[in-house]
Amino acid sequence: MASYLLKRLLGLLPTLLIVAVLVFLFVHMLPGDPARLAAGPDADPQTVELVRKDLGLDKPLAGQFVDFFGRMLHGDFGTSLRTKRAVSDEVGDRFMPTLLLTLASMAWSVVFGMGIGIASAVFRNQWPDRLGMTLAVSGISFPAFALGMLLMEIFSVQLGWLPTVGADSWRHYILPSITLGAAVAAVMARFTRASFVEVIQEDFVRTARAKGLDERVVILKHCLRNALIPVVTMMGLQFGFLLGGSIVVETVFNWPGLGRLLVDAVTMRDYPVIQALVLLFSFEFIVINLTVDILYGFINPTIRYR
Amino acid sequence: MNGPSTPTAVADAAEADLTAVQPAVASTRVRTPWTEFWRKFRKQHVALVALAFVLLLVVVAVLAPWIAPYDAENFFDYDRLNQGPSWAHWMGVDPLGRDILSRILSGARISLAAGFFSVALGGIVGSALGLLAGYYGGWWDRIVMRISDVLLAFPGILLALGVVAILGSSMVNVVVAVSVFSVPAFARLVRGNTLVLKQMTYVEAVRSIGASDWTIVMRHILPGSISAIVVYFTMRLGTSIITAASLSFLGMGAQPPTPEWGAMLNEARADMVNAPHVALFPSLAIFLTVLAFNLLGDGMRDALDPKIDRQ
Repeated sequence: MASYLLKRLLGLLPTLLIVAVLVFLFVHMLPGDPARLAAGPDADPQTVELVRKDLGLDKPLAGQFVDFFGRMLHGDFGTSLRTKRAVSDEVGDRFMPTLLLTLASMAWSVVFGMGIGIASAVFRNQWPDRLGMTLAVSGISFPAFALGMLLMEIFSVQLGWLPTVGADSWRHYILPSITLGAAVAAVMARFTRASFVEVIQEDFVRTARAKGLDERVVILKHCLRNALIPVVTMMGLQFGFLLGGSIVVETVFNWPGLGRLLVDAVTMRDYPVIQALVLLFSFEFIVINLTVDILYGFINPTIRYR
Repeated sequence: MNGPSTPTAVADAAEADLTAVQPAVASTRVRTPWTEFWRKFRKQHVALVALAFVLLLVVVAVLAPWIAPYDAENFFDYDRLNQGPSWAHWMGVDPLGRDILSRILSGARISLAAGFFSVALGGIVGSALGLLAGYYGGWWDRIVMRISDVLLAFPGILLALGVVAILGSSMVNVVVAVSVFSVPAFARLVRGNTLVLKQMTYVEAVRSIGASDWTIVMRHILPGSISAIVVYFTMRLGTSIITAASLSFLGMGAQPPTPEWGAMLNEARADMVNAPHVALFPSLAIFLTVLAFNLLGDGMRDALDPKIDRQ
C-alpha cells in the first residue's frame, strides 16, 4: 500500500507541471497583446512598453515561464487588472464560501444519493425504487440555474422563509447547496442502485444468505464494499461537476465565491485572476483524483497489487 | 419505472417467453442482437414515450422556421409585453414583446445540435483511449491517464470559460469545449471497466486459445463496457445540453437575441417578479428535453444489458 501511495504521489508532479505550462501559455493564447490588456485600452504606446518590461513580457518565452513558475511557488500571481489588488488576496477572500458550499452540497448529496440508491436496489421494483428513481432522473434533468431560480422564487420571494442572496449565515447555505447538490445526489442514487443491483445477484451474496446471515449484514458488509467500486469513481467525477456547477449556482445566488469571481474575470478579461483560479481548481481536482485512486486501491485489493 | 423492472413489463416478458416456446413462432423468428434489443426495448413504455418525444423534438428542430407561429427574433408584439399565455401566444410574451413559443421551438435546434455533436465527439475519442489504456497498461496507460487527469482538472464549465476567454463567445466554441471535457470522463470510465474485465477468466480463456489483442478488445472487452458507455453517453448528452445552456445563461455561449434556452432564462432573470412565465417555459423545455434523453438512455441500457433477461 505504501509503494502504491508513493507511486501515485510522484505521478502528480508531471501533472502539476503540465497544468502550470498550460496556464502559463493561456495568456499567450489570448487574442491581442497581454501587455496592452494589462495597461488598459486607453494606454499610449510608451506605457504599454513600460508595462511589457514591468511584467517581463519582453523576455524569451522559456525565461518568462521560469519567472512565472518561481513566483507561483511563492504564491504570487500578480495583481488583478480589475481591482488592482493582489490576486492571492482576491482569491483568498472568496475561497471559504465556495469550499463550504461545495462540501455542504457533497455531504448531503452523497448521504441522500447513496441512501436512495441502496433503498432502490434492496426494494427493487417496489414503490421506494420507483419513487427514488423518478426523483433521481428528474434531478439529473433539471438544470441547476433553473432549479436555483425556481427555489428562490418559491422559498425566498413567495414564502419569504429563506434569504435570497449572499452568504452571511447558515440559512444562506440552504438553497444554494440544495441547488448545487441535487444533480450529484441524483447521479449517486442511480449509480449506487445500478452497482448494487448487479452485486446483489452475485453468487457470493446467495451464499451469504444461504448460510443464514442477517440480511442487514449481507447488504452492508458483503454488498456495499463490492458495490462501492464504481460508486467511488463516480464520486470523484462528481466533484468536478460540483466545482463547475458552483460557477452557475454562485451566479444565480450572487454568492461571494470563486465561481462568480471567475465569471467576472472572464467577462472583464482579468487574466491574472483567471490564471490563478484555473490553477487552483486544477490543483483541487488533482487532489480529489488522487484520493479516488487511493480509495480505489483500498476497496479493491486486486488493483493495488497489479 | 424502467421497463423490465416494472411488474407489468415483467409479466409481458413472461408472456413473450411463453409464446416463443411455441415451435411455429420460434422457427420463423431470427434473433439477431438488433431484434433482441428492439424486442426488449419496445416493452419499456416510459422509454418508448421518451423516444417519441425525442423524435418529435428532432422534427421540431428541423421544421422550426416553418412551424413557429411568429418570427423568433424579429417579431415584436408591443401591445402585450410580459403578458402570460393566451390564444395568440400559447406560452406568453417576453418583456421585449417576442413570442415565447416561437423562441422555444427555434431553440430546440440549437440545444439538440450542441448536445449531440459534443458528446459524440468526446465519447468516441474517450472510449478508444480508455480501452487502449486499460488493456495495454504500461507507459501508454500512464500517458493517457496523465492527460486525462489534466483535462479532468478542468471542469466542463471552467474549460469552456477558458475556451470562451480565448476564442470569444459562440455556440461552436462551446460545443468544442464540452466535447473535450467528455473525452477524459469516457476514458476513465472505460479504462476502469477494462481493468476489471481483462482479469476475468473468460478473457484469459480467449487469450489462451490464441485470439489477437484486437479480437479480445473489440469482441470480448468492449461489449462488456457498452452498457456503461451507453449510460454515460446518455448522461452526458443530458449534461452536455445543460452545460451548453448554462454557458449561455452565464452570457458565454449563444448571445441575445439568439433564442437559446439558457440565454432566454438569463434574460428572464431580470424580471422574475412580474413575469415568471418568461423563465418557466425555457426551464421546462430544457428539463423535458434532458429528461427524455435520460429516460431513453435508461431504456437502451436495460435493453442492451444481457443480464436483465435472466430473472
